[in-house]
Amino acid sequence: MNAPLGSLDRPNSYIGRSVARPNAKRLLAGRGRYVTDLALPRMLHAAFLRSPYAHARIVAIDAEAARAMPGVRLVATGADLATLCTPWVGTLDHFTGMKSAPQLPLPLEEVLWAGQAVVAVVADTRAQAEDAVEAILVEFEDLPPVADIDIARESGADRAALAVEDNLCFRSRLDTGGIEAIFAGATHVVEEEFHFGRHTAVTLEPRAILADWDASEGKLTVHHATQTPYQFQDLYSRHYGIPEASVRVIAPDIGGSFGMKLHVYHEDMAVIGLALLCRRPVKYVADRMESFVSDIHARDHRVRARMAVDGDGSILAMDVDDVTAIGAFSAYPRTSAVEGNQVIRLMGAPYGFRNYRAELAVVFQNKVQTSQYRAVGHPIACAVTERLVDMAATRAGLDPVAMRAKNLIPDEAYPCASPTGYRFEALSHQASLARLKALMDYDGLRAEQAALRACGVHRGIGLAAFVEISNPSPAFYGIGGARISAQDGATLSITPSGEVRCLISVTEQGQGTETIIGQIVADQLGVVREKVRVITGDTETTPHGGATWACRGAGIGGETALQAARRLRDNVLALAAAILQARPGELDLRDGIVVDALSGAERVSLAEVARIAYFRSDTLPPDASAQLSITHHYAPQGYPFAFTNGIQGCHVELDVDTGLVKILKHWVVEDCGRIINPLLVDEQVRGGVVQGLGAAFFEECRYDAGGQLTNGSLADYLVPMAGEMPDIVVGHIETPTADTVLGAKGCGEAGTAAAAAAALNAVNDAMVPFGASIAQIPMTPARLLKSLGKI
Amino acid sequence: MSAPLPVTLTVNGETLSHLIEPRETLADFLRRDLGLTGTHTGCEMGVCGACLVMLDGVPVHACLIFAVQAAGADIATVEGLTESAAVADLQRAFHERNALQCGFCTPGMLITAQGLLARTSVPSRAEIRDALSGNYCRCTGYEAIVDAIETVAHKRAAGEAAPRFTEEPA
Ligand code: FES
Ligand code: FES
Repeated sequence: MNAPLGSLDRPNSYIGRSVARPNAKRLLAGRGRYVTDLALPRMLHAAFLRSPYAHARIVAIDAEAARAMPGVRLVATGADLATLCTPWVGTLDHFTGMKSAPQLPLPLEEVLWAGQAVVAVVADTRAQAEDAVEAILVEFEDLPPVADIDIARESGADRAALAVEDNLCFRSRLDTGGIEAIFAGATHVVEEEFHFGRHTAVTLEPRAILADWDASEGKLTVHHATQTPYQFQDLYSRHYGIPEASVRVIAPDIGGSFGMKLHVYHEDMAVIGLALLCRRPVKYVADRMESFVSDIHARDHRVRARMAVDGDGSILAMDVDDVTAIGAFSAYPRTSAVEGNQVIRLMGAPYGFRNYRAELAVVFQNKVQTSQYRAVGHPIACAVTERLVDMAATRAGLDPVAMRAKNLIPDEAYPCASPTGYRFEALSHQASLARLKALMDYDGLRAEQAALRACGVHRGIGLAAFVEISNPSPAFYGIGGARISAQDGATLSITPSGEVRCLISVTEQGQGTETIIGQIVADQLGVVREKVRVITGDTETTPHGGATWACRGAGIGGETALQAARRLRDNVLALAAAILQARPGELDLRDGIVVDALSGAERVSLAEVARIAYFRSDTLPPDASAQLSITHHYAPQGYPFAFTNGIQGCHVELDVDTGLVKILKHWVVEDCGRIINPLLVDEQVRGGVVQGLGAAFFEECRYDAGGQLTNGSLADYLVPMAGEMPDIVVGHIETPTADTVLGAKGCGEAGTAAAAAAALNAVNDAMVPFGASIAQIPMTPARLLKSLGKI
Repeated sequence: MSAPLPVTLTVNGETLSHLIEPRETLADFLRRDLGLTGTHTGCEMGVCGACLVMLDGVPVHACLIFAVQAAGADIATVEGLTESAAVADLQRAFHERNALQCGFCTPGMLITAQGLLARTSVPSRAEIRDALSGNYCRCTGYEAIVDAIETVAHKRAAGEAAPRFTEEPA
């Protein structure tokens, strides 16, 4: 029967093997098919007039001139679309007391941020639509914008959205008790106020959608650059009143997503309505400027935190206050409160201390909505914790490695729970730390640092341990009432030629989903990988599922594929047994051939079994059942989340005269359980690290006091480029989860979770000789020079 | 808006005459009029490199020039370079090294790499990173791309030719 997973010495053993992605060849040849590339017959183009005000009332809209412009087919306002689309509210039931203003595709009266779409124009070409937008006159009445998070929470403060009674979206408290006394009695207390800027996903392909309404059939087809086609099928169906089975959402090649493309955007909802009104396909692609003012932003936290430590350096407690600003309403359907919730729950998670108190305030303001973006909450919790750990180590007179060795949860202490209630099945913090120390040659770097300091060269070494949430159960969204699935489904078929088709609900954005699913199916079925075709991203053909987010593709999608392949294999062997008049248990499938399990002697090919099943069923015994297609669903059971863990190291050199930081090298040791494809995992980690380093050093959406984004272009908003990024060394520890046969956990967010924290510690380490420190990211040259007292 | 102008240019070895609106960029012309959607646009202001094409053998941002300005020029896009197998070794190295994820930056990366290797036969890793300074990639973290280009530089320097890329089985 099934050999142990990950043993690479049997036929078709693909789990654990580095193989290249078959679907990447198309992209390399310039044959990718992104939504931005698609053109349908009679297709029209949408463009939007956007609010120049951060907060305003719409007094009047005059679109007469625009309607008369060449090529213009439709000018639509909020009122036009409100007759078709029901409003949405971005709250979840399990976030008690949460509130948010109802949203429509285009506003009726009030605009909530600078850049909000107000009027839509549909024309024959995008250029014509943009020309007509210029001809629309909207009279706005300026309302006071809410920007400052403290003023926003004062009683009687101006409101960011007039539909809600105050600016507090959600608050949460955690308290294990007795915190004040523990801090009062601690030998050392370290504290800091941290600032995390807003940044945004900047996927290279902007958001894109193409909606096609066929009135004759009552059918809506949406080509949508998203990670979550099923979620949007459900939303378009319910908000536009179209039966679910008549809504098809296709997510073809996607030019990057990272969480950004799974939220509802007003323009996208509007495009559905525009297609209904025009009865023709309508396409909208955000240009880069529009992306900056309408894609979700992320982070934006001010955290005041302290840590109590006893005389020998043992951490006793943490006390945290997080205020996060999310825009004027909460994103839909996943809300804008998940990040803050995860921040306060992930604080200190790698460490063994038991006492904790946290306060979270999620605040409205007149800026672009924030919501889930790669590593949701993790980078904040990690940076706060790890910086405090380093500060505490200094006070306790311990080296950062020794401090972590003392306080990280021992590898033999599992299962256990965090003081915030997260349950850990099995993690490997201590092994990861030891591995990182060796990989980095930590002691060598410390010696080099000391020597270089003497010659005026200031290098810093930073560490950051992390846990990452993956494989979420319905505890994430389902219990909150959101129709976001935690399960996945796969339909597996043997074709008449004995090849394999796998239609599965997890989706591909380049991370290699289709590749690993193909590996698992081939491995578990017993066929060569080239015979398996994996199809994703189309609600019409693939079973309903959660798709790809929160690092669930490998863990949940992979287990779905594994279980499906085993069921199909049983069917194949049962049918072969009937044909061969053998017993199924005596047979095995290897390399696409049914063999004698013991001797390995070939009995009949899979192609021959399929040929008989499909074309000569008359020759089968009467009781033989030829079930060569199966559909299988799998939902995570056991732990509510499969936590992964790891640790990162960052090595930097700080030019104390210019404030410029050169990132010399970065290391990651991570434990994502069973690794299905090491090549793909390593590149997920590297890509994640670079996004984290971008946040650490470059990326920030800057606003003026009036709520205007001041750097909303790719020339002004800095992203990490090749020249500034280091080589990244990746090492692994493998602790498979016992909740699944496959044992895989996620790896897509690990890099982003801790990279900025490691960088923050490294830069602070470099500044030690100057008695300077920084607790804000991005760490721009100006901020570093300020910390150093140079400006 | 001014009237379309007649323009003759060569694209992927084929000489074409088209009526082109003066405000249409070369990127839009390639993508919309010719269906050459392998050329991407990520910023339309010359900073992301997704739109790079070869113009008379030199990498040029197709978003920054108007199609009418390319009159008489010889343009090669990723589709043409794939057909001619000019970048087959780069494509293979990118594939084997997993130097792409979503693939949206990839055509531009290939063009930059081809331009770099035409100028400098065996660039250092730092020189490769420097040459990529106008190519934004959100997915990979760049290291695999640097590795792939480095591999090809050494292979080309050793005189290794690559067969066509796309005709092989996956
Ligand atoms: S689209 Fe031309 S450089 Fe970005
Ligand atoms: S592979 Fe996605 S932008 Fe480079």
